[in-house]
Amino acid sequence: MTNSWTDLQNTDCALILGGNPAENHPMSFKWLTQAREKRGAKIIHIDPRFTRTSSKADIYARLRPGTDIVFMGGMFNYILQNNLYNKEYVLNFTNAAVVIVPEYKFEDGLFSGYDPAKRKYSNDSWKYQKDANDKTVTDPTLQNPLCVLNIMKKHYSRYDIDTVCRVTGMAKEDFLNIVKTYAATAAKDKSGVIMYAMGTTQHTVGSQNVRADAILQLLLGNVGIPGGGVAAMRGESNVQGSTDYALLFHLIPGYLNCPKTIPGNATLAAYNETETVKTSYWVNKPKFLVSYLKAMWGPKATAENEFAYHYLPKYDATKNYSFIALFEALAKGVIKGMFAFGMNPSVGGPNTAVEAKAMENLDWLVAVDLFETETAAFWKAPGVDPKTVNTEVFMLPACGSYEKEGSISTSGRMAQWRWKAVEPKGEAQSDLEIIHQLALKMKAAYAKSAKPEDAPIRDLFWNFGDGHECDIDKVVREINGYETATGKLMATFGKLMDDGSTCSGNWIYSGMYPAEGKNLLQRRDSKDTKGNIGIYANWAFAWPVNRRIIYNRASADPAGVPWSKDKAVIWWDPLALDAATGVAGKWVGYDVPDFKPTTAPDAVDGVFTGNRPFIMRPDGLGGLFANMNEGPLPEHYEPWDTPLAKNPFSSKMLNPVVKVWRPDEKGTPDKYPIVATTYRVCEHWQTGIMTRNTPWLAELFPTMFIEIGEELAEEKGIKNSDKVVVESARGKIECHAMVTKRFKPYEIDGKTVHIIGMPWHYGYQGIATGAIANYLTPHIGDGNTMIPEYKAFLVNVRRAG
Amino acid sequence: MDMVNLSRRSFLKLSGMTGLGVILGDSIFDLSAIAAQVKTFKIRSAKATPTICPYCSCGCGLLAYTENGQLINLEGDPDNPVNQGSLCSKGASIYQLYVNDRRLTKPLYRAPGATEWVEKDWDWMLDKIVEKVKATRDKNFTLKQTVDDPKTGTKIDVITNRTDAIASLGGAGLDNEECYLLHKLMRGLGIVYLEHQARI
Amino acid sequence: MAELAKFIDVTKCTGCRGCQVACKQWNGLEAIKTTFSGSYENPPTMGGETWTKVRFFEAEDNGKVRFLFRKTQCMHCTEASCAAVCAAGAIKKDDKGMVVLDQNKCVGCKNCVLACPFGAVGFSEKTGTSGKCRMCVDRIDNGMEPACVKTCPTGAVQMGDREQILKQAKERIDFLKSSGVNAQIYGENELGGLHVIYVLDDKPEVYGLPVNPQVATANLFGSWVSALVGAGVMLIAPFWLMFKDPGKDVSETHDTGVK
Repeated sequence: MTNSWTDLQNTDCALILGGNPAENHPMSFKWLTQAREKRGAKIIHIDPRFTRTSSKADIYARLRPGTDIVFMGGMFNYILQNNLYNKEYVLNFTNAAVVIVPEYKFEDGLFSGYDPAKRKYSNDSWKYQKDANDKTVTDPTLQNPLCVLNIMKKHYSRYDIDTVCRVTGMAKEDFLNIVKTYAATAAKDKSGVIMYAMGTTQHTVGSQNVRADAILQLLLGNVGIPGGGVAAMRGESNVQGSTDYALLFHLIPGYLNCPKTIPGNATLAAYNETETVKTSYWVNKPKFLVSYLKAMWGPKATAENEFAYHYLPKYDATKNYSFIALFEALAKGVIKGMFAFGMNPSVGGPNTAVEAKAMENLDWLVAVDLFETETAAFWKAPGVDPKTVNTEVFMLPACGSYEKEGSISTSGRMAQWRWKAVEPKGEAQSDLEIIHQLALKMKAAYAKSAKPEDAPIRDLFWNFGDGHECDIDKVVREINGYETATGKLMATFGKLMDDGSTCSGNWIYSGMYPAEGKNLLQRRDSKDTKGNIGIYANWAFAWPVNRRIIYNRASADPAGVPWSKDKAVIWWDPLALDAATGVAGKWVGYDVPDFKPTTAPDAVDGVFTGNRPFIMRPDGLGGLFANMNEGPLPEHYEPWDTPLAKNPFSSKMLNPVVKVWRPDEKGTPDKYPIVATTYRVCEHWQTGIMTRNTPWLAELFPTMFIEIGEELAEEKGIKNSDKVVVESARGKIECHAMVTKRFKPYEIDGKTVHIIGMPWHYGYQGIATGAIANYLTPHIGDGNTMIPEYKAFLVNVRRAG
Repeated sequence: MDMVNLSRRSFLKLSGMTGLGVILGDSIFDLSAIAAQVKTFKIRSAKATPTICPYCSCGCGLLAYTENGQLINLEGDPDNPVNQGSLCSKGASIYQLYVNDRRLTKPLYRAPGATEWVEKDWDWMLDKIVEKVKATRDKNFTLKQTVDDPKTGTKIDVITNRTDAIASLGGAGLDNEECYLLHKLMRGLGIVYLEHQARI
Repeated sequence: MAELAKFIDVTKCTGCRGCQVACKQWNGLEAIKTTFSGSYENPPTMGGETWTKVRFFEAEDNGKVRFLFRKTQCMHCTEASCAAVCAAGAIKKDDKGMVVLDQNKCVGCKNCVLACPFGAVGFSEKTGTSGKCRMCVDRIDNGMEPACVKTCPTGAVQMGDREQILKQAKERIDFLKSSGVNAQIYGENELGGLHVIYVLDDKPEVYGLPVNPQVATANLFGSWVSALVGAGVMLIAPFWLMFKDPGKDVSETHDTGVK
């Protein structure tokens, strides 16, 4: 989230697209309800199905799963054609006026530079035009047909209302009502927030769906202001933190790229050269990297050995290691051993019957959880003969959240401390203790090795106690960082160095423990702070540097004056004295400025240009046009399983850059005419291993079901509560049917298309049990992130028996 | 716990909006007909420990009430700005994550081809896991890899220090400090199949 | 002392069922082993271990679908038929209008279960006694809101002085009416005035509430009932049948969640 949960109270309009916050992020409705009461805010919900969120929306509209870009393209088109965008913001703070090179083309669903053999683009033709002095060419008059805004106008002219409604199935009056209501947030004294979750991301075009959200928010001037921004509502209590801490193959903590086998990553110097954007705040990346390496390998990371840069594993640049690829590698027998820390892929993974089968190739599996998961029990799953499974399985009992202490980070990047309330259940141990002991034992096993390949583990800096207990305070200190010579804690990441004199395990959290006795994660001052806009600056700590609204420089106009008094966050005060320098002129306000505090709006100061708010971008401008794997602008492609015979926008059905792992497992509408989507309910969580073992929750939703509209149910002879068989190109499941008015058939391109929905919480373990929805979902992922396409696939349904 | 500053509001809080405040006090109302069980206020002398909900990412605060080390109540933390004491059905249920006879309480081991779990002690388990990890890692380690350098048209060796034979999944349910240590240990071992819920 | 009342504004309820679980948590009520109900609603009825639950309804007007939620619980009626028919004198009203059941005195005759016009009293096989919402009087006594009130994310459930609650409800009704909602209040006068006041955005029957509930006991809270009770007649004879209008029994409309 760019802003925070409490900031939702400031919005004038919430556009909820690809999410169901009333059920999956219920507390968001505390703040949306307040926004409604205090400001008359409108809530718009767009979703394939009518949910508890829809029930509280002012405007609800349905859309066929997998057509978000069509809808958003329609919004862009309407807003651009009718000049409804926030002109001052767009001209000053985005790359709308930048002129693109003349080689840029878009024809029949493909951008220029596509290599069909590799299913990959070269982005040479998506670049900014440069003049003789290597300066970016812009046209503030917006006359040049190659300037970004005109390229967008042309691109999205194809997304006219009729086509949009024909492809999404949305009613025309709903579309117009939504675009007019939401575009009203372009006014300087209004703000709108886009709230999304996995309904946006879990598609083969998921990343471009998110890009579309960012584009819309930039067009309307909604980024950086209270009640605005893009609210990525994250699915787990600490998935924000686990992402920040880089439990992902391609990252190291703080969103630095993990080194890979390219010449540009062959040495520390080469990495820094390749990875450092010198015209943005990322110019400091080498400081973050070296400080991280010092945290990893402590005194063994020296200038002489490139700060142990080579101790970091480099993944094979020709391969993908993401979740789907991981299970494909498991199926091929590449992976021999696996850990699962509080994760249950046998319920949560796509095409999970295949994934569970692949696990039989493991020599060993370590599962750490509160309850026995389907993943830990895969060797005795229904239909599996345990005697044929040779995997050794270690199931370790883990502590629950209040049986230990530590911090977790909300969607709003706020890390809050949890204290220990009770002793661990039975012999359960915290993951911290388990990892700590494994590390100590692992290091002991390699302590005497002189082999170069053993150095990274042998020399791993593990200074958290020698015994069973892990000193969590030391962990927090190491993450925050300190001067390696003196142990003095870092006050902020601004002080990190690239010479080995500082360490920090994760630069974005640096400053959370700025001085002795000050672990800011533990702060509990619940009073709202300056401005009374829900900043709560003295409660816990938000990264970076306790900033609650990121990009907040954009809340003030180019001259540094808030766009409106009601939407003020920070502003330039020419008279305020900077304490450090004694010089007048400073950014002040309610939140920590997302800018160099002393750089005046008309100044250029290193990588900071006073009137360009997006300091992490190479040009300081919001990217309406920005390079992704499948192009610089979102374009509609159909899901892998699609009910249509052709893509109404081009001859390219599928996102041209996605990797097709299993071409035979594709659902076609002749056999599987019904669109299906998966989701969660308020009463259960993720793979259900905690909630399905909680009697009070098992009571509320005891078993697996599908939701099916009355029309389709009648057609299929299905009555409410009947048992049904749902089948896809991947597998079939049996469960109950909930016949409801909330699902309606769609008219798509002159054809009736039905949709059903199903929760994916169930499995065979626990009190509440039921069929695993992911037996039906495809093993295919997004073109950038590889997130699986759980949200749009094809099935057929019939009464069981 | 000394560091935790619980406001009086954490314990005693009524909705200021509805006017119930006027009846606050020791003599609110005397229900002579109400049984002793009702009159007994179960958290009167309990200790409240702040925690955060383990479910969605709103980060709602809760107070875990304990007495003599026993958990007796768990409800919303009125001081937490995110939820101000409120909880949804999931958050309201987390008492049963502890008071639950289905919890795993001992390490369980399953041998190849076995049909049942057997209970083992922690040291045995951890030692055995370390043995397995070491064997797999040592047998499947890529120290370096030769790659094309398009700039020079030559081939160069890149130090890789990785194993493709071990995967680590999970982390979205772990604390930040745990995620950090998990990352640190796994990268230290050379693991590149490092993934978790954020990807799916 | 002024009477108290709970305020339930269905227009703010998101159906998250935090109240349903918070009630069980605070009051130590066991989970019910349920089966698929055909709707989001579960358990199917109120009971000795289920003192509050959210009811789910679907409606469709001119192609516009509505998904409606109503928290249901003991209404703490002024004319409380449960108290009137209680064989053991275990149900009493207090001066705040709260109707509280003393499970230590309850003999498990179930008269109250059958007499309640809202289906809000249940019987627990575990304890052998009736059970129902007691408005968390233990919490109120100690300056805390009832568990369901505190947990409600949106403020759809509140607690306060009944007069002020009524004022607040009326203001809300006016506001909703001004934005074109068919808003109405429920509980102001029903059964002599309920201590649960609803703001509805549709007719009560759409939300499974009995219209103008006519509890026959209202006229019969006479001494003869007490005499019968005293004679032990109530223990064997289900006199509630005399008083009850089966047509108004909400349990009959229970399944309207999905039709």
